Amino acid sequence: MKRFFPLTLAVALLATGCALLEPPGPRVLTVMTHDSFSASDEVIAAFEAQYDAEIQFLKSGDTGTAVNRAILAGDNPLADVFYGVDNTFLSRALEEDIFEPYASPLLDEIPDAFKLDPENRALPVDYGDVCLNYDVAYFETHGLQPPQSLEDLLDDAYRGLLAVENPATSSPGLAFLFTTIGHFGEDRYLDFWAALVENDVLVVNDWETTYYAEFTRYGGTRPIIVSYGSSPPFEVVFAENPIDEPPTAAVIADDTCFRQIEFVGILKGTRNRRLAEAWVDFMLSTTFQEDLPLQMYVFPVNPQAQLDPIFTDYLAIPDHPAFVSPAAIAENRESWIEAWTETVLR
Amino acid sequence: MTGIKKIRLKSSGAGSRRSNLLLLLLWLGPILFLSLFFFYPLVSILRTSFARAEGGVLSPFIEVLGSASHRSVLWFTIWQALLSTLLTLIVGLPGAYLLARFKFRGRSLLQALTGIPFVMPTLVVAAAFNALLGPHGWLNLGLMELFGLAAPPIRITNTLTAILLAHIFYNTTIVLRMVGDFWSHLDPRLSGASQVLGANRWRTLWHITLPMLMPAIITAALLVFIFDFTSFGVILILGGPGFATLEVEIFYQAISLFNLPVAAALSVLQLTCNLALTMAYSRLASRLSRPLEVRPRTYTQRRLTGSTTRWMAAIIIAVLLVLLIAPLAALATRSVTRLQPERGQQEAASRGLTFDFYRQLGVNPQQSLFYVKPTTAIGISLTYAAATVVLALLLGLPASWALARDRQALVSRLLDPLLMLPLGTSAVTLGLGFVVALGELPIDLRASPLLIPIAHTLVAFPFVVRSLTPALRSIRPRLRQAAAMLGASPRRTVRHIDLPLVGRAVLVAATFAFSISLGEFGATAVISRPEYPTVPVMIYRFLSQPGAMNYGQALALSTILMLVCGGGMLAIERFRIADVGEF
Repeated sequence: MKRFFPLTLAVALLATGCALLEPPGPRVLTVMTHDSFSASDEVIAAFEAQYDAEIQFLKSGDTGTAVNRAILAGDNPLADVFYGVDNTFLSRALEEDIFEPYASPLLDEIPDAFKLDPENRALPVDYGDVCLNYDVAYFETHGLQPPQSLEDLLDDAYRGLLAVENPATSSPGLAFLFTTIGHFGEDRYLDFWAALVENDVLVVNDWETTYYAEFTRYGGTRPIIVSYGSSPPFEVVFAENPIDEPPTAAVIADDTCFRQIEFVGILKGTRNRRLAEAWVDFMLSTTFQEDLPLQMYVFPVNPQAQLDPIFTDYLAIPDHPAFVSPAAIAENRESWIEAWTETVLR
Repeated sequence: MTGIKKIRLKSSGAGSRRSNLLLLLLWLGPILFLSLFFFYPLVSILRTSFARAEGGVLSPFIEVLGSASHRSVLWFTIWQALLSTLLTLIVGLPGAYLLARFKFRGRSLLQALTGIPFVMPTLVVAAAFNALLGPHGWLNLGLMELFGLAAPPIRITNTLTAILLAHIFYNTTIVLRMVGDFWSHLDPRLSGASQVLGANRWRTLWHITLPMLMPAIITAALLVFIFDFTSFGVILILGGPGFATLEVEIFYQAISLFNLPVAAALSVLQLTCNLALTMAYSRLASRLSRPLEVRPRTYTQRRLTGSTTRWMAAIIIAVLLVLLIAPLAALATRSVTRLQPERGQQEAASRGLTFDFYRQLGVNPQQSLFYVKPTTAIGISLTYAAATVVLALLLGLPASWALARDRQALVSRLLDPLLMLPLGTSAVTLGLGFVVALGELPIDLRASPLLIPIAHTLVAFPFVVRSLTPALRSIRPRLRQAAAMLGASPRRTVRHIDLPLVGRAVLVAATFAFSISLGEFGATAVISRPEYPTVPVMIYRFLSQPGAMNYGQALALSTILMLVCGGGMLAIERFRIADVGEF
């Protein structure tokens, strides 16, 4: 026992020492991103082989934390490229001026609806929708029809059935607040929320607790929750026993979802501009775009990319999600959340 | 006695200069470490933040103090922490008594088990509470069955009760360890004598035992309070949107709104509260602590004999089992239970034993770049934990030595309260501080894996100092002087007098440093390298995705984390320092 301790120490010191003394090998490109980032081993390896480069990923917390860290690093950037800023944080990143513009040739392939920065400092990579999800079995056994609009949620039949996340602490919660603002407009969304409170909506601070504790599917009491449009295919891929029918479904009727678009940008002050450009091109290319869905359950902005059958079978993508512009979000985020808090929680 | 006084008087001039130098040398490491990794990043982020304030440095403070909602957040932060600390002491002190005074089979196991909650990720604890107390939890189902109720009678989701229960769950081990260890070295003859002289049990407890224990009790209370005061995950996840502590508000202001000036003002407010409290504590502690006759455990502990004693022990153990162990057991049970009935089947029919979640941990179905085997994650967690233990002890031993040797010295009086600050500082704020400050050093540490054990050590270091100082202070100066007079060199005095007496306290300190690192305290402050995930990081990865298999694997990994933590604590328990025997 006595010998074990110095040994562990030696190993620990050695490991940390090695990390410091990394020998100069292939060029290293550092990509800063949020905690949910994932990619296939072979897709990244292909890029590394093609450019004789090594990609170092840095996971920097949730989207907001990662963006704020990139901003605070200032002129001495933590990485060459930042991936994962979404349309709810886009204006903050652009105002703080952390990106260098780059007009990637691949932008031509991407529909204009995704391009929210005309100066091409932030380039769209993928999107996902925040939608109402419901427990299929619950609605079957209770002989209920799932809601088809936001207004439906005020129906007496859905009293006490809905759980939503707090927009102050949760990204899907904020997206759902934007859905209601996009649909009802700034002057009427609070009336809707007041009516939701009357209809016994449950507010939870985080997505994890909403999904795994309050959702009837996992032993909770609420059969309708706010989650992602891609959650039902997730339920199939990560089922306990193989199933061929998702046990949950997303409501994708017009104006009931909010689209989150994620962007990539080259960080100001990078010393690897050319390699960074190659990486951005790679993220927009079909190789990376086709890898996105099964890794992060978000969807390619490049229409050339083919979807895995699991998504063509089980994924429902809304045609007309609610829309609120990044500029309006940046302008009103605080006052909207505060007004919401005042109406719903007080 | 007079002889010693004379000797001390004679040597006071040169001796005190030398001892001042020694004090400074002892302080050197800790001061450098804290300056570089705590004060420098903290000051940097505060400066950056206040520079963004439009109306000058004072305006965010005026905004914070002038806002009724911020004042109510401050008030809630204080009273929930006071209440939680009080309840934790009420639950912990009888347990500390049991672990200190009695030897019984399973004693070490009980101690290890009660330490496990400390490392569990909050999201998993929320799941455990839900399994026990949720609408479909065991307790509600049992009560509904028993009384034929239609609806679950107990609702703890989003209540203060959930917050308090979780704080007790997490922090009782601090009281058990700190007070229990100190208690086990108190000479039982004193209380025996008091009873012989006619005092009843309660009088003895009140007038003899409690005053002697006070230094340990207030130390434990301080640490528990600071944890509750800066509570984040418990409030956010178990308390729900109706409750916010300063830390929750700092997160909202700094991250969601990027209102850095207000976040900084709130951080300063939080820091000031903790500093004031720690200063009060330091004064109280130096007044209360006195040299005690320290006894080895073999001497102070007795067997559980007599029916009253056994009943008492059974009740204490039952309380600890219900509050601390039952949620863990619920988690472990769920990790081997099928979660989902297959479609069309009755729920009861398909519930059964399964090891699928454990088996699946060894598979990388999506060929993800960031997949690691669970054994690798355990290895990474243990490496960080070992590094944290070593680093925290290397810094903590000299600091506590200096504190205990001469607590009246100016440098000690100044530094004592400052040592606790990292524990009472907002992890969100400090994390942003790392990004602002640590890129300017010769080595860019901002995204280095080295920063992880360093961040863990910032939290562990105050614990180490607080575990060691009472033990070191309790050494009678006379013992040292006697040894010195008999011709022992200072090194021999340390080896034969100080070390054996402190040995146990070092183990307690090591256990805390180990648990703090394993539980990833303060790690949210650090940018993570996805190729080196720890076990808690892996648990969060699974929990952040929908799907029964993801949820099950998170539960399985949590159970593995429990085993690693319990095993690690039992292993530390078995260390013998300098072959001094069971102390």
